Amino acid sequence: MESTIVKSVDYNAYFGDNHVVKNVNIEIPKNHVIAVMGPSGCGKTTFLRGINRMHELIPNAKATGKILLNNEDVMQMHPIFVRLKIGMVFQRPNPFPNLSIYDNVIAGYKLNGIKLPKDKKDQIVEESLTKVALWKEVKDSLTKKGSFLSGGQQQRLCIARAVAMAPEVLLFDEPTSALDPISTSTVEELFHELKKNYTLIIVTHNMQQAARVSDRTAFFYVGELVEYDDTKKMFTNPKDIRTQNYITGRFS
Amino acid sequence: MNSSTNIKYRIGKSSGMQILTTILAFSIVIPLILILLFILKSGIQHINWQFLTNVYKPAGEPNPGIAHALLGTLLIVVLASVVSIPIGIMCGVYLSENKKSKLAYWSSLCVDVLQGVPSIVVGIVIFAWMHQRFGYFALSGSFALGIMMLPIIIRSTEETLKLLPDSLKEAGFALGMPFHRVILKVIIPCGFSGILSGIMLSIARVSGETAPLLFTAGVSHYLSSNVFKGPMQSLPLLIYDYYSLPSSETDPNSFINQAWGASVILLVFVLLLNISTKLITRKWKVQL
Amino acid sequence: MPEVIQMEEQAEYQGVATIKSLSPAKRLQRSYRHIRVEGAFKVMLVGMGIFMVVLVFGILLTLIIGSSQSIKTFGLSFLWGKNWDAVNDVYGARPFLVGTLLTSFLALFISIPFSIAVAIFLGEYFPKGWVSEMLKNTIELIAAVPSVIYGLWGFLVLVPLVRAIEIKLGIQPQQGWGIFTASLILAVMIIPYAASLGRSVIQMVPSALKEAAYALGATRWEVIRSVIIPYTKSGLFAGILLSLGRALGETMAVTMLIGNSNDLPKNIFSTGNTMASAIALFFGEANDLRRSSLIELGLVLFLITLVINMLGKRVIKRFTN
Repeated sequence: MESTIVKSVDYNAYFGDNHVVKNVNIEIPKNHVIAVMGPSGCGKTTFLRGINRMHELIPNAKATGKILLNNEDVMQMHPIFVRLKIGMVFQRPNPFPNLSIYDNVIAGYKLNGIKLPKDKKDQIVEESLTKVALWKEVKDSLTKKGSFLSGGQQQRLCIARAVAMAPEVLLFDEPTSALDPISTSTVEELFHELKKNYTLIIVTHNMQQAARVSDRTAFFYVGELVEYDDTKKMFTNPKDIRTQNYITGRFS
Repeated sequence: MNSSTNIKYRIGKSSGMQILTTILAFSIVIPLILILLFILKSGIQHINWQFLTNVYKPAGEPNPGIAHALLGTLLIVVLASVVSIPIGIMCGVYLSENKKSKLAYWSSLCVDVLQGVPSIVVGIVIFAWMHQRFGYFALSGSFALGIMMLPIIIRSTEETLKLLPDSLKEAGFALGMPFHRVILKVIIPCGFSGILSGIMLSIARVSGETAPLLFTAGVSHYLSSNVFKGPMQSLPLLIYDYYSLPSSETDPNSFINQAWGASVILLVFVLLLNISTKLITRKWKVQL
Repeated sequence: MPEVIQMEEQAEYQGVATIKSLSPAKRLQRSYRHIRVEGAFKVMLVGMGIFMVVLVFGILLTLIIGSSQSIKTFGLSFLWGKNWDAVNDVYGARPFLVGTLLTSFLALFISIPFSIAVAIFLGEYFPKGWVSEMLKNTIELIAAVPSVIYGLWGFLVLVPLVRAIEIKLGIQPQQGWGIFTASLILAVMIIPYAASLGRSVIQMVPSALKEAAYALGATRWEVIRSVIIPYTKSGLFAGILLSLGRALGETMAVTMLIGNSNDLPKNIFSTGNTMASAIALFFGEANDLRRSSLIELGLVLFLITLVINMLGKRVIKRFTN
């Protein structure tokens, strides 16, 4: 039943001489929510950005090993194909400020020069916004600029933008850290809905969030994948002493 | 007692200096106002429809005009823009995207150098490149003006793009956009107002340039639209040319009066371009 | 209730299906084209970077090659050669060099009090509000007025004025034009450059520094003199250098007002020529050695402005870091 969609094999990432992700091996099952947690600077975000090849956009960055998406190594693919299949949502909401809400949702088509008939565009916009529970709030103001929305709405718009491309995997880089508690819980509720169609990998700084939303949790510490297990197991009965220390708040 | 008079003296000195500074600061507006008023006063009476549509006539003949210079300036500046805007924007993109490479360092240094090159030097360099083979022609004037425009456009593009957050670019890349589309469809549109203001200012700047055109587009008394061959008159050069031609004081159509008229047109154009740059870019600014 | 949820789920699934069914082959093709264009685009950007370097070195090289005849004939004596003599085909740049330095420094000298005053007024006294906004924009307009218009205005308004003053004071040669007249107009033209840079460096003074001085009971002027000016010294200096760079290369207004004489100027009221005005006047009809000498003037001008501007930029960079 559980089929693996993303798998990393001996993945290492560097910034110059700085070895930030060390030999990570992980298998991520389809249609699950995976939380990646750990103290700041532990390489969790770098690992996440490695999955859709965003890591290499930073000057001096390099990576070795394999990341398999449906048994295909993304390191051998062109980043454009990878990113069409693996969507990403960032820490701070970043809608395109020059585009309307409508155009923001179909930005992946519009800006890539993919022409669609109007009715298909409307369909995609409505479906995507519905999936992120934003349709009712914005359906009357689709022509307004995306930057007029509140922070939480902007973040959901960004999720809709990623969803509109019909990716297989969605990456979230601390998606709620810039949001207020109410917006945070709205976004967290979305994860349960979204995992029906997508596989979600969520980097979070927040342990409670990991416990609330994820099926499985990976714990990173100083660049290493320390422990990866069912979330319930990990939080009730961690195997590694470092995980235990982290969960009990010895360090953060 | 003594200290209180001392304090009074210090406060008095302070406000005295403030008044002096204010007077000095505002006094530099005076020459500008004088120039504007004087030129408007002496020039505006010579502007009429014939003045704008007729061309050069020898002294004494009725109804001379400056149409040849208007057309020339228009053509030369438009061509200069066509050459320098794409190069300038792309070079600005290059500099803002590659902050650390060695080539970018040298390139940026060269932009600084180019910004300081006196316009007359640009004129003689373009002369050396083009004149020997082709003689005077308008396009060489466009090249000279284009070189003057480049540093302004490059710097304004670079500065604008550097202010845009990286998250915008990341958003584009994460949607599977290739680099050139991220730049052309996201980054440049978001920085459009800054880039546009650089372009408009550079056009305003070179529209009044005389020295680079002296030995490139040259002086001509005839209406010409051939940019590849033969000299072509431009407004600033017409003003310079007519100022040195003999003028009779009684003739209302004397060359010097035509120069006044042409000055009004050039001045109004340049100032309007400067002012509208401010207004337009404020309106089009993207809210980040 | 569960039925509704199920229907919603189904609808969602169909949604994904519609999106995915968008002709995948076409999408793939487009992506391949994107990859090719992306590569070409990156090469083109690097090409732009190279182009700027080539352009500037091309300019320098052109000037050097163009002036080689003059360099060979006169060597270094070109720089201090006293005469610019077209009849005997002997060329020395000293009159123009002196003319350039005299006009530029005189203009600088006249403009400094004004540009510093503007910088202090806009940077410290009234950094906000419509009055300062107006003043700021007006000063930018000063830089926007074409040089030839300054020249024309100076020729018809300033020259008679200066002539009247010269006659009243009994200064020879009483023509009205000359280095002093050119410097006056030049001073107006270069104020915006020093003023705008000065304003921005004065606004960068940390308010903690100013507050510390105010807390000690300093008056506003004392704060300006003993905190702001010392702190921004190098930035103000850089602004003055940029103004100087402008003044050195300014051509048209100077050409129209300086009186155009090839003799070594005797005093600031003498007529003369700057390097730029000499090029503007003589280059069109010059040939061979004369042209080469004029190009060498251009080379010298290029190098002087280069040094001044680079020095200015270096100082600003150090200040802002």
